[in-house]
Amino acid sequence: MRASLAASAGVSLLQVGAAGIGGPLLYGLMAKVRARAEGRAGAPVRQPLLDLRKLLPKERIHATHSSAVLPLAPLVLIASTAVAVAITPLISTGPALGRTADVFVIVFLLLLGSVAVALGGLDAGTAFGGMGASRAMTIGALAEPALLVAVLALSIQARTSNLPGIVSATLAHPQWIASPERVLALFALVIVVFAETGRIPVDNPATHLELTMIHEAMVLEYAGPELALVTLGEAMRLGLLLSLVANLFFPWGIAATASVPRLVLGLAVLGAKTAAIAGVIAVVEVSAAKLRLFRVPEILAAAFVLAVLAVVTGLVMP
Amino acid sequence: MSAALFLGGLGLGAAGALAGAALPARARVPAAAVLTAGACIAAFAAAASVLASGGTITFRSAEILPLTGVSLSLDPLGAIFVITTAVVGLAVSCYASGYAASGGSGRTATALLPLFITSLLLVPAAASVATFMAAWELMALSSLLLLLTGHRRREARDAAQWYAGMTHVGAAAILLALVLISAHAGGQSFAAIRAHAGSLPPAVRSLAFLLALAGFASKAGAVPLHVWLPRAHPEAPGPVSALMSGAMVNLGIYGIVRTGDGLLGGGQMWWWLAVAGLGVVSALFGALHAAASSDLKRLLAYSTVDNMGIVLIGVGASGALAARGHGVLAALAMVAALFHVISHAAVKGCLFLGAGSVQHAAGTRDLDRLGGLLRRLPATATLFGIAALSICALPPFSGFAGEWLLLQALLRGFSGHSAATATALLAGVAALALTGGLTAAAFVKAFGIGFLGQPRTPSAEAAAEVTPAMVAGMALLAVPCLVLGAVPGAIVPLLVKASGTALGGTPPAPVRAGTGLAIAGSTDVIQPALLTAALIAALVLAWALVRARARAGARRAEAWACGRELQTARMQYTATSFAEPLQRVFEDVLRPDRDLDVSHLAESQYFEDAIAYSSRIDDAIERHWYRPLIGLVSRWGEVARRAQNGSMHRYLAYGLVALVVVLVLA
Repeated sequence: MRASLAASAGVSLLQVGAAGIGGPLLYGLMAKVRARAEGRAGAPVRQPLLDLRKLLPKERIHATHSSAVLPLAPLVLIASTAVAVAITPLISTGPALGRTADVFVIVFLLLLGSVAVALGGLDAGTAFGGMGASRAMTIGALAEPALLVAVLALSIQARTSNLPGIVSATLAHPQWIASPERVLALFALVIVVFAETGRIPVDNPATHLELTMIHEAMVLEYAGPELALVTLGEAMRLGLLLSLVANLFFPWGIAATASVPRLVLGLAVLGAKTAAIAGVIAVVEVSAAKLRLFRVPEILAAAFVLAVLAVVTGLVMP
Repeated sequence: MSAALFLGGLGLGAAGALAGAALPARARVPAAAVLTAGACIAAFAAAASVLASGGTITFRSAEILPLTGVSLSLDPLGAIFVITTAVVGLAVSCYASGYAASGGSGRTATALLPLFITSLLLVPAAASVATFMAAWELMALSSLLLLLTGHRRREARDAAQWYAGMTHVGAAAILLALVLISAHAGGQSFAAIRAHAGSLPPAVRSLAFLLALAGFASKAGAVPLHVWLPRAHPEAPGPVSALMSGAMVNLGIYGIVRTGDGLLGGGQMWWWLAVAGLGVVSALFGALHAAASSDLKRLLAYSTVDNMGIVLIGVGASGALAARGHGVLAALAMVAALFHVISHAAVKGCLFLGAGSVQHAAGTRDLDRLGGLLRRLPATATLFGIAALSICALPPFSGFAGEWLLLQALLRGFSGHSAATATALLAGVAALALTGGLTAAAFVKAFGIGFLGQPRTPSAEAAAEVTPAMVAGMALLAVPCLVLGAVPGAIVPLLVKASGTALGGTPPAPVRAGTGLAIAGSTDVIQPALLTAALIAALVLAWALVRARARAGARRAEAWACGRELQTARMQYTATSFAEPLQRVFEDVLRPDRDLDVSHLAESQYFEDAIAYSSRIDDAIERHWYRPLIGLVSRWGEVARRAQNGSMHRYLAYGLVALVVVLVLA
C-alpha cells in the first residue's frame, strides 16, 4: 500500500515536471512550425524555457492601484493547473490522490485557474486588464459548457467519470475510437482547446496591438517572476489539454503499471502525441485568420452543439 | 427532550420579537439578537438530534389555533431545512445587531426580524394544512413588512407591491391544492393526507400537484413566476435579503418535495419533467441576467433564480427517476439537490450580507460606482470572495461538491433511459453546463469590478470597514462554504436519511461518504480534502519559488496605458462594459433597451453638442407577460368601478336581481 502510494506520488511529480518542461517546449515547437511555414528560421524550440529562466530572477513590479490579488492570481493558476496535471492519467493510468481523477474535477480546476487570472487582470484597474478579462470570461463562459458536455459524452460511453477508468475502458474497447460520439466529442474538444489556450482563430498570442488582445491584455500588468508563473501556468495548461485529447482519443502507449521502463516509454509516446497535435494546431494557425471577437461565440456554439450531439448519438446508438 | 428544545427555540424567537417591539431603543437590538440567536441554536440542536436518531419530533395542541389546533412534526427532511434556516438565521441575527447599531433599523424591523426567522423555522415542521398555511402566511407577511421598512423609496414600494401580489396568488394556489387533497382524504393532518394519497382520483392528484407547484415555484423564484424576486431581494435591507435568498426560497423547494413526493406519494412522470423543465428555464434565465446585471444585489437575486433552477433540475430528475423505479438514482439526485440547497443557502446568505455591508459602507450597490473595496473593506471583501468562488462551483469550495453530485446523478440517469427522461436529463446537463460558465463570468464581474481596481466615486473612495458584528455574521456563513467544500462527507449521510424520508422507504445509500464522496457501485469518487491539501501545498510551493529568487518587496509602478502617464478611475472597465460582450451574444434573450441621443450645435450639424447613451435591461418576461396581464386586470377594475358607484339604490337593485336569478335557477 505504502509502496504503491509512493509510486503514484512519484508518477504525479513526474507528470508535473513533464508538463512544466514539456508545456513551454510545445509553445516553442508551435512557434517554430509557424516560422518555418512562413519561411523564417524562427527561434529555437527551447526559447520559451530560456524566457522563463530570464524572467524568474527579475524584480517584482506591481501596478500602483493593485492589491494582493495581483500576485496571488498566478499562484492560484499554477497551483490549480499543477494539481490537475498531477491527478490526470498522462503517462500512467495509476494516478495519485486516491484515484480522484474525475473529469469534472479537472474541468473545474481549469476554470479555477481562468477565474484567478481574470481577477488578476481586473486588479490593476486599467482599461486593458478589464477588456482582456471581460473577453476571456465571455469566451470561457461559452467554451466551458462545450467542454463539460463533451467529457460527459465520454463518461456516458465509459459508464464512469473517472479519467483512468475512461482511458482504460478505451484501451479495452478500441472500436470506441471510431464511434460517432467519440468523433463528435473530439471535434468539440479540439475547438475548446483552441479557445482555452488562446490560439489563432480565437486569439492571437503574438499580437502587439492591445485592442486586439484577449489573454495578453489580461496579463499586461505582469512582470518578472509573476509573468513567468502566468506563462508557465498557461503552457502547462496547453500541455494538459493536448495530452487529454491525446489520451482520451488515442490512449495507446500509456503505462498501465508504475515500472520505470513503462513510464519512460509512456513519457516518450506522450511527447510524440502532443507534439503531433501541436504541429497540427500550428499549421491551422498559419492557414487561418483570427476571427472577429463576435464571431467566436459562433464556433463555440458549434462546439457545444457537437458535444450535445455526441451525447444524443451515444443514447440512440448504444 | 428534543421536542421541548424545538418548542423552546420557537418560544425564544417569539420572545425576541416581543423584546424588539417592547424594549427601549438602547436595549432592544442586543436583546432581540441574543434571543433570536438562542432560537436558532435551539432549533439547530433539535433538528440535529432528529437527523442523528432518524426519529420524528411531534407536538400537538388544540389551544393555540382555534378550531383546528396546531400540529407540528419534524422529520429528517424538515430537519435539513430547519438546520439550513437556523445557520443562516444565526448569522443574520449576529449581522443585524451590528447593522442596527450603526443606524440600520428601527423598532419595526427589530421586532419583525425574529418573527420572520421563527416563521421560517416553523414552516418545515408544520404537520397539518392549517398549521402549514398559518406558518406560511406568517413568513410571507413578516417578510413583506420587513421589505416595507424601506417604504420611503419608490423602488421598495414597487417591489413590495409585486411581492405582495405574487406571494398571495402563490399562497392561494397552495391553499387550493392542500384543501383539494385534504377534502378527499377526509382530514387535514399531513399523515391522513399521505395515507389516502393512493386513493385520490388521478385528475385531482395532478390538479393538486400543478396548483402546489405553481405556488411553491413562485416562492422559489422559478421562471416565469420569479418576477417579484429580482425586485424584492435587492430592495430589502441587507439582513432581510440574506434571509430571503438563503432561507425563504428553500422553502419553495421544500414545499414541492413535501407535496409531490410526500403528500401525493410520488405521482406521474410528467409532473417531474415539468419540474425539471422549470428548473432548466430558471437556471438559464437567471444565469444570463446575473451575467448582464450591473446592480450587485440584482445580480445576486438573479443568481438565486439560477441556483433554485439547478435545485429544481435535481428534484425533477429525482422524481422522474423514482417514477421509473430507479430508487437509488432518485435518492442520489435528491441528495444532490439537498446538498445544493444547503451550500447555496450559506453562499448566498454570505454574499447578500456582503452586499448589504457594501451598500452600507459605500452608499450604493451599483457596481459601476464601486471599485477598490478590497483595500477599504478587507475582511468583507475576503469573505465575499470566498463565497463568490464557491458559487462558481470551483474546487475546493462547497459549490463544487453539490455540482459534482448533481452531474453524477444526471450522468447515471442516462443509463436507465427512456426517450423522455433522456431528453430531460440532457436538457438538465446542458443547462448546468451553460450556467456554470455564465456564473463564473457574473461573479468575476461582481468581485473584480466591485472590489478590485480603483474606486470609481468619492463615496466608494471613502468607504471603511463595517462593524465586527457584521463581519462575524458573514464569517459564520463563509465557514460552511469552506468546510462543506473540504469535507462534504460530513453531511451527506444526513442528506441520505432526509432523501429517504422524502422519497418514502429506505433505498440503499447512493453515496458512500468517508474522507471523500464515492458513488455507490462505481469507481467514481472525489477526495475534496486531499484536493484541498494538494492545492494549498502547490500554492505554497509556487509562492516559495517566487520568493526564493526575488527580493522581498515589490516595486510599485504605474500601469501600462499605451505610454500615457496618468491612469484615472474613469478609464477602467465598468460592470456594464464587462458584461457587454455577453449581453451582445445573448441579445435575443436579454433584449436590452438602448437609447442614443445626439444633439447638434445650432450653428452646424457637423458638431455634436451632447451625446447621451443609456442602456437598460428589463426582465423580458415581466415586460411581455406580466405587463399585459396587469393592464387587463386594471381594465377589469375600471369596468367594476362603473358598476360600483356608491349609490345605495343601485346596490339594492343588484341584490334584488341576484335574488331573482337565484330563485329562478333554484
